[in-house]
Amino acid sequence: MNSRDAILASLRRNPLPVSPLPKAPTAITYADPERQFAEAFGSVGGKFVRVASLAEVNTELGKFESYTQSGKIASLIPDVGRANVDLAALKDPHELEGLDIAIIAGEFGVAENGAVWVPGSILGPHRAIFVVTQHLVLVVPAGQIVHNMQQAYDRICLERPGFGIFISGPSKTADIEQALVIGAHGARSCSLFLVGSQAR
Amino acid sequence: MTTYTTHFHGPMRGGELHVVIVDNGRSAILGQETFRRSLSCIRCGACMNTCPVFRRSGGYSYGYTVPGPIGSLLAPLRDPRKFGSLPFASSLCGSCSDVCPVKIDLHHELYAFRQELVRQKVVPLYKRLGMAVMSAVLARPWAYRLAGSLMRWILPRLPRAFVYGPWNAWGRQRELPPMPRQSFRDLIKKESK
Repeated sequence: MNSRDAILASLRRNPLPVSPLPKAPTAITYADPERQFAEAFGSVGGKFVRVASLAEVNTELGKFESYTQSGKIASLIPDVGRANVDLAALKDPHELEGLDIAIIAGEFGVAENGAVWVPGSILGPHRAIFVVTQHLVLVVPAGQIVHNMQQAYDRICLERPGFGIFISGPSKTADIEQALVIGAHGARSCSLFLVGSQAR
Repeated sequence: MTTYTTHFHGPMRGGELHVVIVDNGRSAILGQETFRRSLSCIRCGACMNTCPVFRRSGGYSYGYTVPGPIGSLLAPLRDPRKFGSLPFASSLCGSCSDVCPVKIDLHHELYAFRQELVRQKVVPLYKRLGMAVMSAVLARPWAYRLAGSLMRWILPRLPRAFVYGPWNAWGRQRELPPMPRQSFRDLIKKESK
């Protein structure tokens, strides 16, 4: 018997008692999910920018010091950002080293906690790009804001093979003294552009 | 929600996804109803930070990688002979169970483990015999009274080398308190007259 079979057999010998599923808590909804999302994204350390078009994203990016001072920029959105790293040419994730800015599209945002869903299909082979880059720029279409995580999981398909990630703001950690450090294991900053008309 | 919540449910194109299963004795713990809950531990450290014992001395001073009340359970579950003393180093105050975010009944499990260690005969014979004598005396008020008056009379008359012999581990660094002439019971009787 190999070790895998031994472990699985031992688990079958020691089954857990069956307990009923807990009742799912009532999901929270908001009168203005976009505004709630903007607030939540700010509270997790992100910078929220509302723009009307992708062209405007470029204009606003030009005002970021982290962007204008950057050497290596990669963009996964055509015509957004002055990308100078050709991601398609990279053979190994280690070649992402030294990346200053990564511009990535998010599929939708969650108003409840400011999280953004980035499916693996957008990242392609560069699954590590969001942690390697110094600064992360997310671009999400307006109108693609769900109220809560229940709605978020209804939109995601986990049955088919794949990969995806919820990103909420820049990398951060806090110790027991509750001293928050931004930029611990991933991007030091995270900006989000919500793109579409009806900008206020 | 943490910053990055990744969902791996398949390999990337042309790649492979491997799932590594590590048992490390956990499936056997799963079969023990009393200690099953300890497997829910997420290693947050809350029990260690609230513990009146581990607040004072932590790290590796107790000889196991996981410190704190949860370590005092996981260590002997892994090797009762090596770490059998850990469940006894607790006042069973219950502060750990109070703060545990995944609701592990830590102090109940620590208490249950002491009994388990006696059952498994990991606790040395002299301690098990001592506890048997102790519970026999404490269960009978007349035996307790008799033992008290005997000790009060006999102890001051015994030679020091005998009282502080190798069997008195407690007295190796400490001096026994002087024997009172009368018991608390005698005192109360006299005072209430």
